[in-house]
Amino acid sequence: MSTNDIIKPENLIYTKSKILNDVPMHYCPGCSHGLIHKLIAEVVEEMDIQEETIGVAPVGCAVFAYKYLDFDFQEAAHGRAPAVATAIKRLMPNKYVITYQGDGDMAAIGTAETIHACNRGENIVMIFVNNGIYGMTGGQMAPTTLEGMKTATCPFGRDTSINGYPLNITDLLVKLEGTRYVTRQSVHTAAAVRKAKKAIRKGFENSMEGKGTSVIEIVSTCSSGWKMTPDQSNKWMVENMFPAYPLGDLKNEE
Amino acid sequence: MNEEIKLMKGNEAIAHAAIRCGCDGYFGYPITPQSEIMETLMEEQPWKTTGMVVLQAESEVAAVNMVYGGAGCGKRVMTSSSSPGMSLKMEGVSYIAGAELPCLLVNVMRGGPGLGTIQPSQADYFQAVKGGGHGDYKVITLAPASVQEMADFTKLGFELAFKYRNPAMILADGLIGQMMEKVILPPFTPRFTAEEISKISPWATYGKPASREPNVITSLELESKDMEARNLKFQAKYREIEEKEVLYEEMNCDDAEYILVAFGSSARVCQKAVETAREQGIKAGLIRPKTLWPFPTRLIESYANSAKVKGFMSVEMNAGQMVEDVQLAVNGKKKVAFFGRLGGIVPTPDEVVDAIKEKLF
Repeated sequence: MSTNDIIKPENLIYTKSKILNDVPMHYCPGCSHGLIHKLIAEVVEEMDIQEETIGVAPVGCAVFAYKYLDFDFQEAAHGRAPAVATAIKRLMPNKYVITYQGDGDMAAIGTAETIHACNRGENIVMIFVNNGIYGMTGGQMAPTTLEGMKTATCPFGRDTSINGYPLNITDLLVKLEGTRYVTRQSVHTAAAVRKAKKAIRKGFENSMEGKGTSVIEIVSTCSSGWKMTPDQSNKWMVENMFPAYPLGDLKNEE
Repeated sequence: MNEEIKLMKGNEAIAHAAIRCGCDGYFGYPITPQSEIMETLMEEQPWKTTGMVVLQAESEVAAVNMVYGGAGCGKRVMTSSSSPGMSLKMEGVSYIAGAELPCLLVNVMRGGPGLGTIQPSQADYFQAVKGGGHGDYKVITLAPASVQEMADFTKLGFELAFKYRNPAMILADGLIGQMMEKVILPPFTPRFTAEEISKISPWATYGKPASREPNVITSLELESKDMEARNLKFQAKYREIEEKEVLYEEMNCDDAEYILVAFGSSARVCQKAVETAREQGIKAGLIRPKTLWPFPTRLIESYANSAKVKGFMSVEMNAGQMVEDVQLAVNGKKKVAFFGRLGGIVPTPDEVVDAIKEKLF
């Protein structure tokens, strides 16, 4: 069997999404962002909605999401993506509007915007990448940093008597009437990647039905910020992050 | 002419004018003395007629970022607030200027600093014309002195914003916002169609067709070289605006020896003060900038070069802000005085005439 016998469309089992630009990513080895970008790209391509999708990028490691994803994008101020997305969706209801936010963006500086966009039931998709640390600025404490977890601004571990408790914003969002679909996923195994992609697709589909906000949290790793190898990071996430942020659908209204 | 004359508050005039100007979206948060703008819009329910979106946001911060989102889509969008709320909006205004987005901002000023007072003031002049937020940027600043100009400048603000891809601001005060006068509203202009947006604002994020690269709305450039180039482009635009868009009104300046410079409510007071001064044999005149940025620097400079003119006095409802721009224009050639009342007090014409005698004679 020659190479040409193998390279045939019917034998194709994997290819890079056309929506994912052919440029080197700035993300660190082991970072979850690249995979999550890939899943969004695949969903947009499979649903054939490149022309109908407007992304809103955060401040944080994913600030350059627009360099990697091939559709129109707005770069929001830190924490303001849900407000920016609100206006885009209200003014262009026929478009798919997606925010992509980290934990600082979603659950610290942008808490008000997050809660109120969800409470109004804005028909947007919010991708929430929770790695418990501020990666972009060099590994400082995030609202979702676990108790005892060391960061640059809690070098002896998060002390709840000083820093308060990890903020489980996704659990809060479940309680709001405006949210329709709230789920917590991860991308650390092939099975998890498949489930996360299904969740993202469901969020996109929901957003055209006018029934409320879809929030997809993806519990993620930050090897650089956690000061671990990618492999260690995945193990640490399973052992420490998952008990605090358990995976699965938290709210799924038809 | 079928122009209908109506009687209404300045704030209401802005709301009605916005609907008539084809505004696509208003995003705001209540604060005295400008809440009638959103109240009027909610009463009018323009989403049932023109399709305009009106949304009460959770904060001024959210409202201005909604404006960012809407403006980034090439839509005609606006927000309004009063002084403490405008401080909150400044983050967004800097981003809007940095991303070169057209929009209309309205500040119906009240006395500050802090929570201050709900009475009228002009103490946000510096915030409006010198920046307010971080970075080197400029906001086209229109200063209405009547209810009619509240309506006219709503239209003009949108036009200038789109002409230059730059935020424009109506800098009014609580007096202009709250007082009722007769007004002729602008004629109805339809909202932009999707096709018009792709022509007028080809940079906007209205969805990427296969035929073009993605449009990205951002103020971020990590490379210093690129960021400097971006800034130089802004500065060139600002110089063009300063060249072409200065607006002002003159009153009795031809033979004037003493020229008052005042905007908004202060200018209304100064109109009467000029009349009173002339009755007393004092040759007074008034320059009323309608645009605070760009400022009528050359006009003031030309009067400073005139042998007839003995001095200028800036009259403001603040501790002396615009007077600095008057001084820069006069550049030491003539005396420049200042008279102001603070904390929400509107000066009287007699006080202004007395100040001319005290400070310029």
